[in-house]
Amino acid sequence: MSAGVDVGVWRALGLVLERELLLSFRRPDQLLQPLVFFLIVTTLFPLGLSVQLSLLREMAPGVLWVSALLASLLSLDSLFKSDADDGTLEQLALSGQGLVVIVVAKTLAHWLVSGASLVLLAPLVGTALAIPVGAFGTMLASLALGTLTLSWLGAIGAGLTVGLKRGNVILSLIVLPLAMPLLIFGAGATDRAISGTSTGGALYLLGALCVLTCTLAPFAASAALRITLE
Amino acid sequence: MNSAAELRVDQVHVWRGDRHVLQGVTLHIRRGELLHVSGPNGAGKTTLLRVVSGLLRPESGAVTWNGVAIGQAREVYQRDLAYASHEPALKSDLTPLENLRFMVGLKRRVSRGELLGSLQRTGVADCADLPARVLSAGQRRRVAMARVLASAAPLWLLDEPYTNLDSAGSGLLSSLLEEHVAAGGLAVVVAHQPLELAGTRQFGLHA
Repeated sequence: MSAGVDVGVWRALGLVLERELLLSFRRPDQLLQPLVFFLIVTTLFPLGLSVQLSLLREMAPGVLWVSALLASLLSLDSLFKSDADDGTLEQLALSGQGLVVIVVAKTLAHWLVSGASLVLLAPLVGTALAIPVGAFGTMLASLALGTLTLSWLGAIGAGLTVGLKRGNVILSLIVLPLAMPLLIFGAGATDRAISGTSTGGALYLLGALCVLTCTLAPFAASAALRITLE
Repeated sequence: MNSAAELRVDQVHVWRGDRHVLQGVTLHIRRGELLHVSGPNGAGKTTLLRVVSGLLRPESGAVTWNGVAIGQAREVYQRDLAYASHEPALKSDLTPLENLRFMVGLKRRVSRGELLGSLQRTGVADCADLPARVLSAGQRRRVAMARVLASAAPLWLLDEPYTNLDSAGSGLLSSLLEEHVAAGGLAVVVAHQPLELAGTRQFGLHA
């Protein structure tokens, strides 16, 4: 009876990532829910506003960003909850891999499923909101950075609220205030790209926030999970 | 396996709110021994198991594995440990084989054949490729047992492993436990029914 060959961090990361993606594809409703929400909200706005193209173009970055944030927030609640409910979170916590590795893999998977798919859908939504094609590059870059940062922030919130019955309300209360800078700089970058001024500053700030959260959030989230597991 | 494998729990106190659940629990178990933990509902059996697994940190006292506090070498200890809680801990959207591949695969490199072998041993190989949600409670329990078996860990911590098992399943579990202990393994088993296997020591907890 031997412990066998050790499983390295990368292998563990890949294994948990594969598990999460497989689980998402077995439950396509969870995969589609944020995307459908994103599409519906962004198409409702032009219908509700007056049909002036200039007005729509002015509102577009804000509308796009607010709906992306809320859509991404929709799926955050289930990040650790389903594993906590069926007892697999305990098994993951005792897997011999640091909880940080598990958190990183699960959060990346969450972003790939909810964030990256929003980014892929954004050109379609951008067209509907009359965002000029020239601004698409900045819009996609800012959305990619913003949703990834939101996933990391959300991991902390989800870790803190996983033990609560109606955790999703508190989760939004924790995460949304922290997401304000994302909204300001993300919508700001897209707005500047539309008006043709320099977008560098806003994008760099988004990048800095992304680096900050992806280096610190895994530790905060795993500490929060360890407390809720007790 | 380490020839000196031993688990020590020393003066462990746990409070849950105002309730003093574990009041200075001390126990010691060496390789080739099975500790049968029994006691009335609410006596703290599951709490004790969670403390031993490292999921729950006691307010005072220490748990050591081979002389090292479990908090100090957490990852090493966890790889030597297979914990089965009172839930089978299976993802219902994954098949038993996938469940095992992801969970056991995090502890050690393991082949599909090995995993199928342990599912076969616990008598659920024919459901290896069905989604776990269609399995009965007893079959889920058997898959959980296969996970413990496949992890090849020296220390087994089992919480109510006999729940939902039919008489053939109970017999199988007992023989698996006996084999594990005979091969130099250690096991801490929380169970209500009497356990009369070779190498068993009794440990009673009081409410």
